[in-house]
Amino acid sequence: MSREYATNDWYPVADAARMIPGHGFTTRLLGEPLEVSGSFENPVVTARDGRMLPVQVRYGHVWTTTGSAPRPLFDIAEADETDRTFVPCGAVQVRCSPLRAVENFLDIAHFPFVHTGILGEEPHTQVAPYKVEIREDADEVWATQIGFHQPQAAKSATEAIETRYEYRVPAPTTAVLYKTCPPKPEAWDVIAIFVQPVAEDMCIAWPWMALYDDVSPYADLVQFQQEIFLQDRSILENQKPTLLPLDPRMEIPTRCDLTSVVYRRWLKRKGATYGALTTAA
Amino acid sequence: MTFTLYNYVLSGNCYKIRLMAALLGVEYETVAVDFYPGMEHRSPQMLSLNPAGTLPVLTAGDLVLTETQAMLTWMATSFDTSGTWFPAGDPALLGVVQQWLGFSGRLTQSAGLARLHSMLDWPVDGQAACAAAVKDLRILERHLTDRVLEGGLWIAGETPTIADVACFPYVALSPDAGLEHDAYPAIRNWLYAIRGLPGFVAMPGIHYRHEGTSGTNG
Ligand SMILES: N[C@@H](CCC(=O)N[C@@H](CS)C(=O)NCC(=O)O)C(=O)O
Ligand SMILES: [Fe+2]
Repeated sequence: MSREYATNDWYPVADAARMIPGHGFTTRLLGEPLEVSGSFENPVVTARDGRMLPVQVRYGHVWTTTGSAPRPLFDIAEADETDRTFVPCGAVQVRCSPLRAVENFLDIAHFPFVHTGILGEEPHTQVAPYKVEIREDADEVWATQIGFHQPQAAKSATEAIETRYEYRVPAPTTAVLYKTCPPKPEAWDVIAIFVQPVAEDMCIAWPWMALYDDVSPYADLVQFQQEIFLQDRSILENQKPTLLPLDPRMEIPTRCDLTSVVYRRWLKRKGATYGALTTAA
Repeated sequence: MTFTLYNYVLSGNCYKIRLMAALLGVEYETVAVDFYPGMEHRSPQMLSLNPAGTLPVLTAGDLVLTETQAMLTWMATSFDTSGTWFPAGDPALLGVVQQWLGFSGRLTQSAGLARLHSMLDWPVDGQAACAAAVKDLRILERHLTDRVLEGGLWIAGETPTIADVACFPYVALSPDAGLEHDAYPAIRNWLYAIRGLPGFVAMPGIHYRHEGTSGTNG
């Protein structure tokens, strides 16, 4: 494991809109306790030694970093499109490696079996070939040209559609997906999972969406995403080994689709191994 | 429409009502309530419907019910043509059903809270909730073991009742709090039997049974 690399990324620690002045709370990041307090306008994150950490409010969340030379927080351009509905879905604790949570989010093949009737259904289980690459200029993993049959692609979907997808990993603990927006097929709906690494084997997932949907009540949008994520949670908690194996000799090919192979390779190359298993046991 | 359910998809108590309706084949309407992270069950609008500030809430015309056990009783007596889900004609059996309905309320406070704590960091004493949940799981395991020795499968009597529906969710969901079912063979068989009932519906953390397998991992 390397905390070293991980300390210089930014992580979500709070839902910005739900910060209540005078009601600070403690959380954990990379194995260390943090105090989060202040307000939406002025959030304050304090380390155990009393040091005030850098903060920024982006994508509905309060982000912080503990390192001395933080890399910039990635950009999600759609976050600035004010005609979208932004839906932060709260925090869900999962007893798994933060990297496992990201990898699961990138996997399409499980849709018909885990998200039956929503994101997939039998017999439409085949994932057609798609493209995965490491975009060197941005230092991101991208999977594109993905199509999948979905009975209920979004709350806004009124019928089953062939959903187009693009996946993007802009940082080791964040995955962003772009999928066909049913009421506005020329646009993408954006769904992200921001993962707060609590420890190597424990994380907090902060799902977030930026949608075009003028019809669905807000509570329905939140629950649609929560239902899907909580279906994944019980599976994530039962994955073995708990840490994400990066040694190719340890990979179980059936579970690893192409995106996951490239994601693991990218992590290994960068030395982003917090939450990873780097040598065959 | 028969009734309206103020619903939260991850709530085990709301799921009791969804499951009962599915098993009885009753159609109903839902209103999504943003329980988490929105805390909408504590909004003025929801508090005027249910001053206790809990979910689920069931309305049917002028009727407003805020306790799950009352809802299950009302649903079974209104919609169950077989008369088996709420055995009103058999005092001893009905007594046992009521006994376990009471127990299901305890499960909300033990296994239910343990789950909310471990999943959503609910501000409760997680260790105390887990300890209480283990105690309740052992009580149910013992009861179901006795039932098997008597040749029974369900909590009370020869058929499933609202007591089975009321106790099912938080027992089935206890792995969400890290409380696995390995040590509870009678509970495992009972969960498996409920998942096989005609009309059964799943929720996140509780899966459909797959063909050709047995036990809770099916
Ligand atoms: N006695 C109620 C309890 C229901 C209950 O505890 N519901 C939970 C959700 S599953 C709740 O609303 N908790 C909110 C709170 O306690 O503030 C019933 O049986 O319906
Ligand atoms: Fe999933």
